[in-house]
Amino acid sequence: MEAAVVLLPLLGAFIAGFFGRMIGDKASMVITCSFLVISALISWYLFFAVAIGGDPRTVVLFEWVTSGDLEFFWSLKVDTLTAVMLIVVTTVSAVVHIYSVGYMHHDDAIPRFFAYLSLFTFSMLMLVTADNLVQLFFGWEGVGLCSYLLIGFWYKRPSANAAAIKAFLVNRVGDVGFALGIFATFVLFGTVQLDAIFAAATGKADATLVFLGMEFHALTVICLLLFIGAMGKSAQIGLHTWLPDAMEGPTPVSALIHAATMVTAGVFMVVRLSPLFEQSETALMVVTIVGASTAFMAATIGLTQYDIKRVIAYSTCSQLGYMFFAAGVSAYPAAIFHLMTHAFFKALLFLGSGSVIHAMSDEQDMRNMGGLAKLIPVTYGLMLLGSLALAGIGIPGTLVGFAGFQSKDVILESAFAASSGVGFYAFWLGIAAAFMTAFYSWRLLFMTFHGEPRCDEKTLAHVHESPPVMIWPLYLLALGALVAGAAGYYHFVGGGLTEFWGDSILILPEHNALAEAHNVPFWVKALPLVMAVLGIGLAYYMYVVNKDLPAEWAAQLRPLYLMSFNKWYFDEIYDRLFVRPSFYLGYGFWKSGDGAVIDGVGPDGVAATTVRASKRASALQSGYLYHYAFAMLIGVVVLVTFYFFMKD
Amino acid sequence: MIIQALAFYLFAFVAVAAGVLVIASRNPVHSVLFLILAFFNSAGLFVLMGAEFLAMILVIVYVGAVAVLFLFVVMMLDINFVELRSGFAQYLPVGALVGLILLAELLVVGSGWVVIPQAESVAAAPIPPIDQVTNTEAIGRLIYTKYVYLFQAAGLVLLVAMVGAIVLTLRSRAGVRKQRIGDQVARRPDDAIEVVKVTTGSGI
Amino acid sequence: MLEIGLAHYLTVAAILFTLGLFGIFLNRKNVIIILMSIELMLLAVNINLVAFSTHLGDLMGQIFAMFILTVAAAEAAIGLAILVVYYRNRGSIAVEDINVMKG
Repeated sequence: MEAAVVLLPLLGAFIAGFFGRMIGDKASMVITCSFLVISALISWYLFFAVAIGGDPRTVVLFEWVTSGDLEFFWSLKVDTLTAVMLIVVTTVSAVVHIYSVGYMHHDDAIPRFFAYLSLFTFSMLMLVTADNLVQLFFGWEGVGLCSYLLIGFWYKRPSANAAAIKAFLVNRVGDVGFALGIFATFVLFGTVQLDAIFAAATGKADATLVFLGMEFHALTVICLLLFIGAMGKSAQIGLHTWLPDAMEGPTPVSALIHAATMVTAGVFMVVRLSPLFEQSETALMVVTIVGASTAFMAATIGLTQYDIKRVIAYSTCSQLGYMFFAAGVSAYPAAIFHLMTHAFFKALLFLGSGSVIHAMSDEQDMRNMGGLAKLIPVTYGLMLLGSLALAGIGIPGTLVGFAGFQSKDVILESAFAASSGVGFYAFWLGIAAAFMTAFYSWRLLFMTFHGEPRCDEKTLAHVHESPPVMIWPLYLLALGALVAGAAGYYHFVGGGLTEFWGDSILILPEHNALAEAHNVPFWVKALPLVMAVLGIGLAYYMYVVNKDLPAEWAAQLRPLYLMSFNKWYFDEIYDRLFVRPSFYLGYGFWKSGDGAVIDGVGPDGVAATTVRASKRASALQSGYLYHYAFAMLIGVVVLVTFYFFMKD
Repeated sequence: MIIQALAFYLFAFVAVAAGVLVIASRNPVHSVLFLILAFFNSAGLFVLMGAEFLAMILVIVYVGAVAVLFLFVVMMLDINFVELRSGFAQYLPVGALVGLILLAELLVVGSGWVVIPQAESVAAAPIPPIDQVTNTEAIGRLIYTKYVYLFQAAGLVLLVAMVGAIVLTLRSRAGVRKQRIGDQVARRPDDAIEVVKVTTGSGI
Repeated sequence: MLEIGLAHYLTVAAILFTLGLFGIFLNRKNVIIILMSIELMLLAVNINLVAFSTHLGDLMGQIFAMFILTVAAAEAAIGLAILVVYYRNRGSIAVEDINVMKG
């Protein structure tokens, strides 16, 4: 049964991918969607059996590598952490599959799309059920590949191709770190099986690795290397440049991959390897700082973007930062809790924006929208719900509130309760980000749905609510965005967390941020809500009451505005530092190295030499008979002379 | 002895000189004439060696037929006096060197030739003493008996050469009036004559 | 010197042969010289054969020389016929102009 969860999407991808043209669009969609739905139902069942019922298991499929000391199998490890991820991945994937039936209705490569979606789901499932680091890496690479395929789905667009390559390359940088981490793990532990590693982790707490003659704390090195991989996959600061450009892909792709699943793989990996991270204070500090900085940076950029999908993308980036700094203060359950709630409301927001774009005949610039609330009320309502969840609106101190309220608050409380330098750093940056999150979420809502319509007559006439096949999945996500927080609080981060999580997450007793989170002062619990309300209020003032204010502030605070609008100039810096030198290097190698040296000596050189030699040889064929006769004579003379001297 | 030596040197010297002049003459007609001279002197050498039949054949066939043919062609083709072209000189040193080397080797071989005593006894066709059989008869005895097939083949070769020469060069030229006897003989009165009844006093 | 032996005849033949050879590739004038040089070379060969025939007392040499004569005559005829046709088509028999087979 566990195998069915993972393999059904693969089967669906295989059928739709290879036989899609044969069986037709409708059959491809039906097959892949139904397989995903079955997979989701099984995942929910497993969740109740494994997580609530407390029955983790490992299912060995078959042997992969047995080579000396290196030995690992294809096996599915299903414990609480896995079960939570399973329901998140399969549910959101099933929803996205069904939504895509409507969204991609006019596309001419439907089987390919669904095949890629299912293939992605399979890779992600492989990742979360991995029993060893290599299988995790397999899933890791698989989702990276599918991300490339899906971002560049409309491959006839040059911008889509460029974005796909960018995503893949930036991910690759992270993957180098990940691979090195796996190698270091093997060197230190002698195995890549997770269970074995976790069992030996405490023993190796003080081990050191020698590299280039210098000694390093082994577990810190390993965790940092693995974290670099997580940074790439989860778009943390430094390796985040690919995420906004990934919006070139179809909106369902953004919802599935860049909101709910792939980008959360990094968080999942850090949490899964909690036994290792717990042993390294340095690594945890780095994770916290990086996560908090990302949360803050991405939120600042989201303030000024015009593309509706980009705003949501930066919002994702920012929320991922939250998850990471939660993990950094050892509040792993809180990170996963937020991962789950975030998956629901972020997917809802993305798919809702997809509906908006669909209604606006593929317009994505918010400056050309407006006044849509009355025209597409259902979509508006859903987006509003999603934004409320994102902003974390709820009653502090209670469980009443939208999904993001509980999860985000517990993260901020844990950061405060960590009582360390990095914890406070994370807390204040998180608070600032919360303010900005609310602001830009309502900015999006006001610009898109309120005020006078700013689009042209033709588009306006075409604005329509999405068909049921696209709306009903959103209802499901909305349900999650409403109740997931309250329903899961007790088990995920409340009193029942030790029993719920079992052995899947390790938290050392001295890292008690999560436990203390419930005892923080009331003002800490209330501050996020206050910030959110302030953010909403400011957005209301700037975009409904006084519409000239944004332009005025942008003009007055021009440097800050430019910094935000140009994404902190990361792309430009990277272009100067890495891209251009690489191009020059590559070009140089190509022209001089490959072209001049290798081609010159090899094929071209040989060819040219052949031509030259044959030209000389053909000069012998002068056409003059007496030349030939002369040559013959010389030949005879040489022969006779030779014979003369060789007579004996 | 002296006469023999003198005759030999005379014939040899003239033959060689004629050979040089064949290739060195500017006028191709002169070249042919010097060739004829070379042939004559070689015939003389042959006579000295006792092969008089061959010497006569040389004169009749080579001089009488081949050299005359050369002369015909030389005169038929409109060949100008060609000035010695400049390219001649560049090949001369190398060519001369190579030729001299060849000559030297031939001479060394030729003069160092040693004939084993048994050579005479393994002769395929020993020459009968001259007072018994003349050279011509001796050759005849051999050719028509032992080598008759080769002889016939040689005749065929000549036939083929003749046919070939005619095939190559025969052409019918437009504008040349020739008699076509067949057509002439086959002409009928009806084609040539038309009888017209003419009344007296009026024209045709 | 005075005693004419085989070597003398062979010497003459050798010189004539070399001269014929020279004639082939040293001449720039016309093709007929080439044909004549070939005749010279054949003549030299004939002298050689007859000299050996006399010296060894073997009539084979002379018979062979006669056959060579036959073939030489045939070859001269054909060669001149070709030359005549060539001249008709090209209008020139200068050696330097005959390089159509240039590779």
